[in-house]
Amino acid sequence: MARFLVRRLIQSAFILLGVSILSFGLMRLAPGGLVAMYANPRISQATIERLEEQLGLNDPLPISYAKWLTSALRGNFGVSFIDQRPVVDKIAERLPATIELSLAALLLGLLGIPLGVFAAMHRGSWADNLIRVFTVVGNAVPHWWLGLMILVISANTVRIFPLGGMYTQGHDTLVDRLWHLALPATITAMGGWIGYSRYMRSEVLDVLGQDFVRTARAKGLSERVVLVRHVFRNALIPIVTLMGGVLAALVGGSVLFENTFSWPGIGRMAVQAAFQRDYPVLMALNMFTAFLVILGNLLADIAYGWVDPRVRYE
Amino acid sequence: MAQESKAGAVRSATLRRAAPAEPEARPSPGYLALTWQRLRRDRVSMFAIYLFAAICLITVTAPLVATYVLHTDPNAQDLRNNFAPPAPGRWLGTDELGRDNLTRVLYAGRVSLLIGFMVAVVSLLVGVPAGLVAGFYGGRVDDAINAVIQVLQNIPTLFFLIILSVTFRPDPTMLAVIIGVIGWMGTARLVRGQTLSVGRRDYIDAARVLGASDARLLFQHILPNLISVVSVVAGFEIASGILFESGLSYLGLGVQPPTASWGNMLQNSLDYVTRAPWLVAAPGLMIFLTVLAIFLLADGLRDAFDPRMRG
Repeated sequence: MARFLVRRLIQSAFILLGVSILSFGLMRLAPGGLVAMYANPRISQATIERLEEQLGLNDPLPISYAKWLTSALRGNFGVSFIDQRPVVDKIAERLPATIELSLAALLLGLLGIPLGVFAAMHRGSWADNLIRVFTVVGNAVPHWWLGLMILVISANTVRIFPLGGMYTQGHDTLVDRLWHLALPATITAMGGWIGYSRYMRSEVLDVLGQDFVRTARAKGLSERVVLVRHVFRNALIPIVTLMGGVLAALVGGSVLFENTFSWPGIGRMAVQAAFQRDYPVLMALNMFTAFLVILGNLLADIAYGWVDPRVRYE
Repeated sequence: MAQESKAGAVRSATLRRAAPAEPEARPSPGYLALTWQRLRRDRVSMFAIYLFAAICLITVTAPLVATYVLHTDPNAQDLRNNFAPPAPGRWLGTDELGRDNLTRVLYAGRVSLLIGFMVAVVSLLVGVPAGLVAGFYGGRVDDAINAVIQVLQNIPTLFFLIILSVTFRPDPTMLAVIIGVIGWMGTARLVRGQTLSVGRRDYIDAARVLGASDARLLFQHILPNLISVVSVVAGFEIASGILFESGLSYLGLGVQPPTASWGNMLQNSLDYVTRAPWLVAAPGLMIFLTVLAIFLLADGLRDAFDPRMRG
């Protein structure tokens, strides 16, 4: 197990390195150069050159990358091109909002688990069919568009949900915050409902067909004990692996939802930085997301090995 | 029969009369024919096929539909009639410049569907050979390919696409290629699994002993067995390509105007959420219907290919 961990950690370090080289290279190769956004005919060539020198863009690619890497390893990701503030500060400002949304969505999404179990237990009933239809339809509809449609309805008829943002200016109470969180969290949680319910349904059906369940029933155990102690316990095991992807979805998936609901998190920041060509911010966000993805996958693999004794890593 | 004794002739005549005449044996339908039969019996899948075919048809023939059926032009602006709500003759309303929304949705569909198909093609072009080689040769080749897949799977897709589309401003074709190149790993994994299971069969060994080259084994024996996996995967790739492109364009980072796609029509509609909600509804509904049809079809195909699912 220790060897496996060490191997994966080294692998992860290489992956992170590779991602950083790739992103850095791509950004430097951008046509028009990095200051293309800021150049207009009235800025003299001398000013542009001074700007480039200031931002360290005159160095050849490897040296520039080495400089970035050494300061990044010390925790300094540079300053934003837009407002000269340290990138780390800017990210730290917006991160809590994303965490709030993602955590709320994660918790809400867990409702998919009992939903899937219910569907499996009542297989073939109208409830089961309804859940299955919901799953298929829910997979096909773009969730962010659904959120947008609900906002449209809310804007044009009864104001059920606020049109965006995390709170109302000048009226920042807990209730207000919860009201703002309701729709974004629900829409983001939809992915979880669909994913978990599908998974649990097939898992529980699978376990219900196993011999040991028949034995337990034949032994005379009450249905409740059979379900809780034998069926659920075995069916819930693989769900742990699904949760590994959650860390990655924490940041990655939030981009679309944060944009739709004007949620001030790092997903929205990434898109804004992209439009403003704020490369230091983009680099830092890229590394952060890659780190979360790798960590999430690693934790999921470890958890799977720990939870299912038949899978062991040497 | 002149040689037979009278008794023998009576015996064989009796036997011939007793045994019912056997119908001439029909050759059993092949694997694909059986699959199609099973698919035909699944009403949901047939509905999905019709829906998907209809959507493809009207988007591909959008110029013809626009000219002869709707009598509209996607670029004709009519500023006196802008923001007109849906009505007979203007089935999906008009946008901020008075252009007919239905026509624009049909034209945009060509771009979105094209990107979807191309994503699937790229994903298959890269993923199938990778999975085949990994599964067939095994050993170090397999390890190497698996390592590449592992690395690529850990790259945050959306963020990378954001950077790529901002730095290179790809046109729809390049965009599709990029999305496909970032997402072929799932295909490779499935193909590898199927190759591994097929490659162990006895007839492969037999063919090898008979002197079949690797290429012949791959193309003639293993590849045909991949049709089931590959066609289902292709379906899902098309759908996810459409969803991906529309999400990216909705953020403003995918297909750039003036080329319309369903995603970027949604981007455009954000400014008019209160004045013209039909501009938000129409492209999204098209995405939903198309992706739904593809998902239902792919699910149905998967069940149809599986010989264990009888009835």
